[in-house]
Amino acid sequence: MVVRGAAHVVGHHIDTDVIIPARYLVTAEPAALAAHVFEDLDPSLRARLAPGDVLVAGENFGQGSSREHAPIAIKAAGIAAVVAISFARIFYRNAFNVGLPLLECREAHAGVREGDVLEVDFAAGTIRNITRGGALYQGQPIPAFMQRLVDAGGIVPYVRAQLGSR
Amino acid sequence: MGLTITEKILAAHAGVPSVRPGEIIDCRVDFVFANDITAPLAIQEFEKMGVARVFDPDRVAFVLDHYVPNKDIASANQCKITREFVRRHALPHFYDIGRAGIAHVLLAEEGFVGPGDVFIGADSHTCNHGALGAFATGVGSSDLAAAMALGRLWLRVPETVRYEFRGRLRPWVTGKDLILAVIGRIGVDGARYGAMEFAGETLRDLTMDERFSITNMAIEAGAKNGIMEPDERTLEWITPRARRPFTVVRSDPDAAYADVRTIDAGALEPVVAAPASPGNVVPVREAAGVRVDQCFIGTCTNGRIEDLRTAARILAGRTVHRDTRLLVIPATPAIYRQAMAEGLIQIFLEAGAAVSTSTCGPCIGGHMGVLAEGEVCVSTSSRNFVGRMGHKTAQVYLANAAVAAATAVTGHLTHPADVMGALVGA
Repeated sequence: MVVRGAAHVVGHHIDTDVIIPARYLVTAEPAALAAHVFEDLDPSLRARLAPGDVLVAGENFGQGSSREHAPIAIKAAGIAAVVAISFARIFYRNAFNVGLPLLECREAHAGVREGDVLEVDFAAGTIRNITRGGALYQGQPIPAFMQRLVDAGGIVPYVRAQLGSR
Repeated sequence: MGLTITEKILAAHAGVPSVRPGEIIDCRVDFVFANDITAPLAIQEFEKMGVARVFDPDRVAFVLDHYVPNKDIASANQCKITREFVRRHALPHFYDIGRAGIAHVLLAEEGFVGPGDVFIGADSHTCNHGALGAFATGVGSSDLAAAMALGRLWLRVPETVRYEFRGRLRPWVTGKDLILAVIGRIGVDGARYGAMEFAGETLRDLTMDERFSITNMAIEAGAKNGIMEPDERTLEWITPRARRPFTVVRSDPDAAYADVRTIDAGALEPVVAAPASPGNVVPVREAAGVRVDQCFIGTCTNGRIEDLRTAARILAGRTVHRDTRLLVIPATPAIYRQAMAEGLIQIFLEAGAAVSTSTCGPCIGGHMGVLAEGEVCVSTSSRNFVGRMGHKTAQVYLANAAVAAATAVTGHLTHPADVMGALVGA
């Protein structure tokens, strides 16, 4: 899978409270959550997001709460992929479960500027920066087990298959 | 090479003799639960899985604790979805307003988790239960739905770092200060994906309440789980409560740790995590003097009876500062009743505190104590991220219950000894 879109760069240790504040967790409706995504981090960010865009983050993206509403809000706001130096573990599972692909990459965060057009190749684990002369950042391909979950179509078909094989 | 307690519990539940860090296992779970925020999504995904019933109705709980009592129509609808699911599936372990408390405190109190268990919750502070010698971890709603359907969950075996606390705690230093000090040292991702095993002579003297507040905050260092080997005090606590037989598991003497770190706990002073990260830890004295608008004593981290007793010792015969508000929220109805019986609630009310029914409300900036623009709060909770307790410019200092109570009296961030006198021990 390859995703191509404009980059939005955020910092280190972005927590689920600034991704989607708990005061909005009175619904699980994706569009309602997306309306408030990153509101306390940068109130103008939501308006700049376009379908297919890529979020580029630093260390430990998604730390904090287990709220699956966080990847749901990011995905419903149009973000097609998140590239980060590292991810918090519950967020990592949740993102794949809701169909928001993630890529771990140490180099991208330092090299990418807001608005750069990126091409993210999940199979190869690479990010190409089209705006900066095609600079290539090598990340970690999705682990084999996570890839099988993705190939199965997510956690729901995975569970159906497990139940079917009993 | 031997195994750590975490590895032993996971191996037993995966049905294999041994596991290694990094390995992906398919693991049997002993108990699962969700709350009023995470349950509706879990129910939605569960229903998509095409399963007629949960894997075992006796091993599933739903606890309404976040937006209760319901703060608006939307949150009431969320609770309604959960209630209807519980009725449809005739699930026996459902905790609604009046009987509900903060899930992590309540489910331990009710004996749903014991030593050796694998306990999964759709709430990040599920790691709380590691104080009982269980493997407990938080997941999102879809994973919880999978566990509800299968009675199993895939897990990556974490590497373990052992934290050994040495020395006796000084007055007013608590379990909360120990975990904050560790997070301050290793950072908010210092244990990312890993297991934190807490050990050492200092823990032997701590009550279960203090131990829970340590494992509760393992997630704040990014850990998958926090855990302690059970001792006599653990067994004394769990034996009258446990609803199922349990297995005491201990780490092998030759277990392979990623690292072993020693903390001189006897040298610690009470600390706070200053805004806006649980890793931003400084001694209370260094932050002392900050003017405070609200103090909050409660939550799954520090809303237990020991916390209320400590706060009451400081508040007895004193009053909350006129420019400061104090909220006290016992974590469960049982703790509330115990506090009533001991006269603690009377002390809080006479001091000018507001005492509320059990809810997570203020900790998440949800309701029952939301902060205004620029306000400062000293809270016994676990997170102080931007916007966590209200407006994005509000500032939260995380502290133990004694610091929160002393601060409520003076109106500025205060070391408890400055209210109680240096020679009075905690």
